[in-house]
Amino acid sequence: MRYLPKSPADRVAMLQAIGIASIDDLFATIPAEYRLERDLAIPRAMSEQEILAHFRAASDQNANGYASFLGAGVYRHYRPVVIDAMVQRGEFLTSYTPYQAEITQGTLQAIFEFQTMICELTGMDIANASMYDGSTGAAEAVMMAVRVTGRNHVLVAKTVHPEYSEVMATYAQHQGLTKQVVGYGEDGRIDHAALEAAITEQTACVLIQSPNFFGTIEDVEAIAALAHAKGALLIVSIAEALSLGIVKPPVEADIVSLEAQSFGVAPSFGGPYCGVIACKEKFLRQMPGRLAGATRDKDGRCGFVLTLSTREQHIRREKATSNICTNQALVALMTCIYMTIYGKQGLKELAEQNLAKAHYAAHALAAAPGSKLLFAAAPRFNEFVLQSTETPHQMRHRLLEQKIIGGVSLAKWYPELENATLWCATEMNTREQIDAAARVFAQKGMPMLTHV
Amino acid sequence: MTTENKPTTAPDSTPFVGNTRKVSQHVNQNEGLIFEKSSPGKKAYRLAPLDVPEVDAAKLLGAAARTGLGALPEVSEIEIIRHFTRLSTWNYAIDLGMYPLGSCTMKYNPRINEAIARLEGLADAHPYQPEALSQGAMRILLQLQRCLTEITGMDAITLQPAAGAHGEFTGILLVRAYHESKGNPRKKILIPDSAHGTNPATAAICGYQVENLKSNARGMVDVAQLEQMVCDDTAALMLTNPSTIGVFESEIHKIADILHAKGALLYMDGANMNALVGKTRPGDFGVDVMHLNLHKTFSTPHGGGGPGSGPVVCKKILEPFLPIPVVVENSDGTLHFDYDRPQSVGRVREFYGNFGMFVRALAYILANGPDGLRQTTEDAVLNANYIRRHLEDVYDLPYTTPTLHEVVFSDRRQARNGVKTGDIAKRLIDYGFHPYTVSFPMIVPGALMIEPTESESKEELDLFIDAMRQIAREAEENPALILNAPHSTRISRLDEVGAARKPVLRWKPEAAGQA
Repeated sequence: MRYLPKSPADRVAMLQAIGIASIDDLFATIPAEYRLERDLAIPRAMSEQEILAHFRAASDQNANGYASFLGAGVYRHYRPVVIDAMVQRGEFLTSYTPYQAEITQGTLQAIFEFQTMICELTGMDIANASMYDGSTGAAEAVMMAVRVTGRNHVLVAKTVHPEYSEVMATYAQHQGLTKQVVGYGEDGRIDHAALEAAITEQTACVLIQSPNFFGTIEDVEAIAALAHAKGALLIVSIAEALSLGIVKPPVEADIVSLEAQSFGVAPSFGGPYCGVIACKEKFLRQMPGRLAGATRDKDGRCGFVLTLSTREQHIRREKATSNICTNQALVALMTCIYMTIYGKQGLKELAEQNLAKAHYAAHALAAAPGSKLLFAAAPRFNEFVLQSTETPHQMRHRLLEQKIIGGVSLAKWYPELENATLWCATEMNTREQIDAAARVFAQKGMPMLTHV
Repeated sequence: MTTENKPTTAPDSTPFVGNTRKVSQHVNQNEGLIFEKSSPGKKAYRLAPLDVPEVDAAKLLGAAARTGLGALPEVSEIEIIRHFTRLSTWNYAIDLGMYPLGSCTMKYNPRINEAIARLEGLADAHPYQPEALSQGAMRILLQLQRCLTEITGMDAITLQPAAGAHGEFTGILLVRAYHESKGNPRKKILIPDSAHGTNPATAAICGYQVENLKSNARGMVDVAQLEQMVCDDTAALMLTNPSTIGVFESEIHKIADILHAKGALLYMDGANMNALVGKTRPGDFGVDVMHLNLHKTFSTPHGGGGPGSGPVVCKKILEPFLPIPVVVENSDGTLHFDYDRPQSVGRVREFYGNFGMFVRALAYILANGPDGLRQTTEDAVLNANYIRRHLEDVYDLPYTTPTLHEVVFSDRRQARNGVKTGDIAKRLIDYGFHPYTVSFPMIVPGALMIEPTESESKEELDLFIDAMRQIAREAEENPALILNAPHSTRISRLDEVGAARKPVLRWKPEAAGQA
């Protein structure tokens, strides 16, 4: 009971002050037949030392000391220690949503700075204070486009992260939306001819991802022209935020849904991450989620408030732009600090390193007999797809023996891409690791070697 | 951006009718926007030397190459530390004192939770790493699932939803899928007028019409009216229990029976589950599906607005519809993710949910054990009733029904002197407290919604009670003090109307002087 600041005498005194004999008198409104008269069947209370040991044991059961080439929506980047030092300050960690502006200016100003940096990075006019993550952010962006256009047909590139696409389908299913998937061409990018044929006067939006799930960079400008010609909006989902350090921002898009996990947020087995929606100013009133804005107090001093809340559920209830309430504030703060640490020059240099590492890795791995780099004709950032003569299962096994976690098998989502794996190389991957993975690749087709 | 702070407690003009034992003024630092500190060439990073050949980005990327990064800042490490540290000192926080926001459950956030969430094997676990190398993480999922189903008395669970509202969305999708499996999704969701705004917003995105249910004179569900309203078109009732005025729906079994008799389901908004843990279980009193807020009941930090986590627990009848994937135990004791669930509503989020929050919530449950969780609930209810007892003679209590973890007063008495709940809330800041929840629930005009949680000592509660009583006196003797509050903060009340009318949502280089 170390979290409870009361002595037994305090409790007795308080019961007396209330004028009751027993704590159970306060629970008398719960009908007797539903009162729990036993202990909950959960583990007994543990000391802090035991808790640490419990979770350390769990931690040790997971992958430790492996070289990893996993990406696919979650990116391994170095996390500067300054971030943690700042977000572990109780004033950030244990503060609530900044509805009371006078005593939450710290959080509010940080959100304002976050919104500004996201705008600068994405080339959009405005950005919100965060969404849950990239998958729900993309779904909310689609619903936003449906409200803006009054249309209900949605086109989704097959190269959008498959799990984003699944989440979008879950959100769309009871909104009367129809969804059509647009395939990809030989270069691993959305098939422009198929897209052009699919866009009609009923199309609310086209949802693409860039760099897409295969790591290739879409021609946003050309796709925007196709969408806009029919009055549809273009939504660009970005899962690898660091790409924006070196890749042209999707300024031709109407809405950008960004996952900012790359900016100092731990992979943490899938979350929490940091989604954010940015868009053109004219769509402001249809934006979901919280927004911080600058204003002045009665003495003319500058300050920040949560604003335009008439879009939100606590005011508009069933007519709100979204049901979102809690967002990812602390994670957004982490990404804000990360963007501040690397800044204008650092994000570019770091992105260049990623580009170089992935370029080296792609060629080193594709050089092995039986390996082939897929979608090589299109520009990429830090991910690439390898086709192999070996099954991903066999390959994974041999890599794991060398303490290497290889790329993600794509056949689960793309049956046509049998024996294809999606790899990611970042600044966290040393040349040594890449060369080691390439050696394992090169041994392929010579299985006897391992027994010599 | 610079703000000048005027001294507010000059000895000759003390702006309090009594004294403030909890706070005194101290200096805090002014700080502009980070962009204003930026200057070309300043750095807070150093990359390791590149160990592979350099590449020509312009050549590799062609037309997709970026030319510049706009107005992102260039600053040094010490400036970053000072910047964010200074900003942090402008925030109120649980770590500073009582945070009596009703419905939000601002309880202590244990630090061991933060430490373990950063263990390398957990923090660095990639969601797509092989299951064989994720058994520790999956074991945490399973253990938390078992604890939460036991605590709520339910049969099955998904941890995937990212927050409470996302949990509501998931829960109502389960309801819809259930009805669809019976051949008719039905049309309406009933929602009491005391409900959180997320409830109707959720019903709407799940394709349901919202029908409002008026509360009775005791602030509870009007069972007779409910009986009339429930029909073959009713998919579910979304009920917060205890309600947003802190009252346990003592006829909950009747409510459940009425719904079930018509084939409708009972959804419970678990925002107030912290009033029930260890004392009663929703699964035992007829609830079919509910969400939990790990950032309320289970102590994960609010972090200035998130991240949250909103697991959904349900009865067996809804289990087939849970989002994919589901953690399953193999016969050899290992764990795997099951994606082959044909009746699933689909995915509501990528991967498995906000795993970092699961780690913290489980640590909290383990730190407490069954007796600790029960004592926690009892202390939360004791604290709320202690406040109620000490303030009910000076603040109007519109519903005198016994309450559990929170108490809702109205500003009716103070409003006679022109002092509204929002003003009292702002005045509380001068006394060193975060305001309570203002003007919610809507069934109480001028509501003061107070939830102390179990984390407050008797001393802190007494200080709060003192402050509230002094403010009541000020409302009689010197209302202007309250109407102009807060007096002690860096900035006074901000122009919210102006902020919404002419939105300035980002800093711009050319407008540096204005932002």
